[in-house]
Amino acid sequence: MARPKTFQHFRDVQEELGKSGAAIFQDADGVESLVIDSPYSIHYIHSYAEDSPFFLALAEGKLLGSRCMNHACAFTYATPRGHCMICGHATTWVELPKNGKIHSWTTCLFGSEAFLKETPYNLALVEFEGAGSLLLVRLKDCVQSEIYVGMPVEARFAAEPKYSITDVWFVPTR
Amino acid sequence: MVSGGVTKFAKAHPDMDFRLMVKKAYDQAMDEIPNLTRDQIDGSRISYFSDHFTRQLKAASMVQDYLGLNPKGSIRLEWGGATGGECFQAAYEAVASGRMDTCLAAGFETMSRVATWKGNEFIALASDTNFDFPLGGFYTGYYALMVVRHMYEYLRLTKYAHVKDEREAQRLAIAEGQRIMSWVSVKNHLNATHNPYAQYPKRLTVDDVLKSEMISYPLSREQICTMSDGAATAILCTESMAKRLTDRPVRITGVGTGTDTMRLADRPFGSVPLFPHEKAKDYEHLPYPGVHSFRAGRSAGLEACQMAGITDPIREFDFIELHDAYASSEIQTYEDLGLCKYGEGYDFTLSGAPFLKNIDYGLPVPKAGTIPVNPSGGLIACGHPVGATGLMQAVFAFWQLQGSIRQHFGDPTLQLRNARRGAIHSHAGTGSAVTVSILERGF
Repeated sequence: MARPKTFQHFRDVQEELGKSGAAIFQDADGVESLVIDSPYSIHYIHSYAEDSPFFLALAEGKLLGSRCMNHACAFTYATPRGHCMICGHATTWVELPKNGKIHSWTTCLFGSEAFLKETPYNLALVEFEGAGSLLLVRLKDCVQSEIYVGMPVEARFAAEPKYSITDVWFVPTR
Repeated sequence: MVSGGVTKFAKAHPDMDFRLMVKKAYDQAMDEIPNLTRDQIDGSRISYFSDHFTRQLKAASMVQDYLGLNPKGSIRLEWGGATGGECFQAAYEAVASGRMDTCLAAGFETMSRVATWKGNEFIALASDTNFDFPLGGFYTGYYALMVVRHMYEYLRLTKYAHVKDEREAQRLAIAEGQRIMSWVSVKNHLNATHNPYAQYPKRLTVDDVLKSEMISYPLSREQICTMSDGAATAILCTESMAKRLTDRPVRITGVGTGTDTMRLADRPFGSVPLFPHEKAKDYEHLPYPGVHSFRAGRSAGLEACQMAGITDPIREFDFIELHDAYASSEIQTYEDLGLCKYGEGYDFTLSGAPFLKNIDYGLPVPKAGTIPVNPSGGLIACGHPVGATGLMQAVFAFWQLQGSIRQHFGDPTLQLRNARRGAIHSHAGTGSAVTVSILERGF
């Protein structure tokens, strides 16, 4: 068995791992480090638990928020949560309007590895009439130069749900 | 604090695993106080952010045994980007509570073991995995969302209030914000050219920064810190022990910690907790923190300053090492820490107040030297091996207060004259946790 190939640049080491699974990195002082490819993948059993109704509703074309059941509080969350963070009471589900306004936004030209192939994509925090907090979504069907804080937007839903927050996205109201 | 050590942060240290990196930072700290033996260290607090990066769970145990500290007590700390700052405060608490006379704080991260974009994924797993991560899983994107709103509140609604076309007004505000953020990037990268521990020292112009690759609008590559391998250590002890170990100890006079919601979408729109030099009237119409400011940074700053008896940070601090993972968050943090009022961060930058007096940045900075921020180069230029970063700040602040920058950097440029009191500021994901610690000359 031959010794793994030796490289002076770490980038070349990374490349070699994809080919042969092992490489030697040699630093400026001649010190050698053996580096191997070590795949790491998990199928995680991700339960939406108390947030589940939100994701089930997306599949039916509905956007659910949650409202604190303490009448003295009654805070409405656009991103639902089982218990109110202001007073601690349980919340109940409420349907949010499908129209909102952009509170802030960005265009991502890079992303983490899982989403690199989807770049560029826009993210927007959306405000809703009657809700005291926001919802983070993808913003589609528009070019970057069109987007601004305050822009009216409306929800679209996936015809084939993947049971992910990406089952809803927003587009400019035209 | 009686000593500290830090490895040179690098894109990759394939020749050292986390144990060896910490050992080097530990040996450096120990070598500088020869009167301290390992037997006199009562225990440790060890920090690293992500088990994904090491792919070795309980890595802190392996550090503890590599240093030969078993069977002494140890606790592992993790608090996102603020991991190192938490570790520093945990070691402080171990000593302040009387539990230990001498405590080692050690932190590290080995981020080079995965490709950059996989690393971004690991970091983004520190955002809500139901609602936020599946949208793109990208922290630069989250900070971009924050600064776009910051620019809206503090540039669009002020400097560009006269522009009638909404889109045009916001474009102008963002362009101006990008230009000012670039000043921060120029400052920190150039400071770092005098710091041999820094990963990315360089002389840049505002134009270079603006023309660097766009990562998440409006943040470009040179306005963002990178991933690093590195380790840092700090040795903390009681006052009586300190006197036996060094004639130049540094006293920790204030610690503060703050938190906020994990999801940006849940941040409240309330009122500003005030520093003594501010008035409620200053922020009458400001929904706070919204997504434009870090309430956790304000809370941490207030707690630490109250403990240290500081009422006017800009006058009472000689320098600050703060968590500039993004040039935007440095400007937002000026406001959180009360160096200027909310809304004044951009003008504060342009005044030159956070710049060093004796460095020629190629920018007009009339107020340079007022309160140098990130004289070391900060995260943007030094690197950000998460679990080590907050401790790196402690070490640089310690050397600054000792007056030993020339000795440690081999270059006196960054040594501030008569630096008596500084603050270090460590910050986790979109400001969901922040620590501020105040260090003062103890001799």
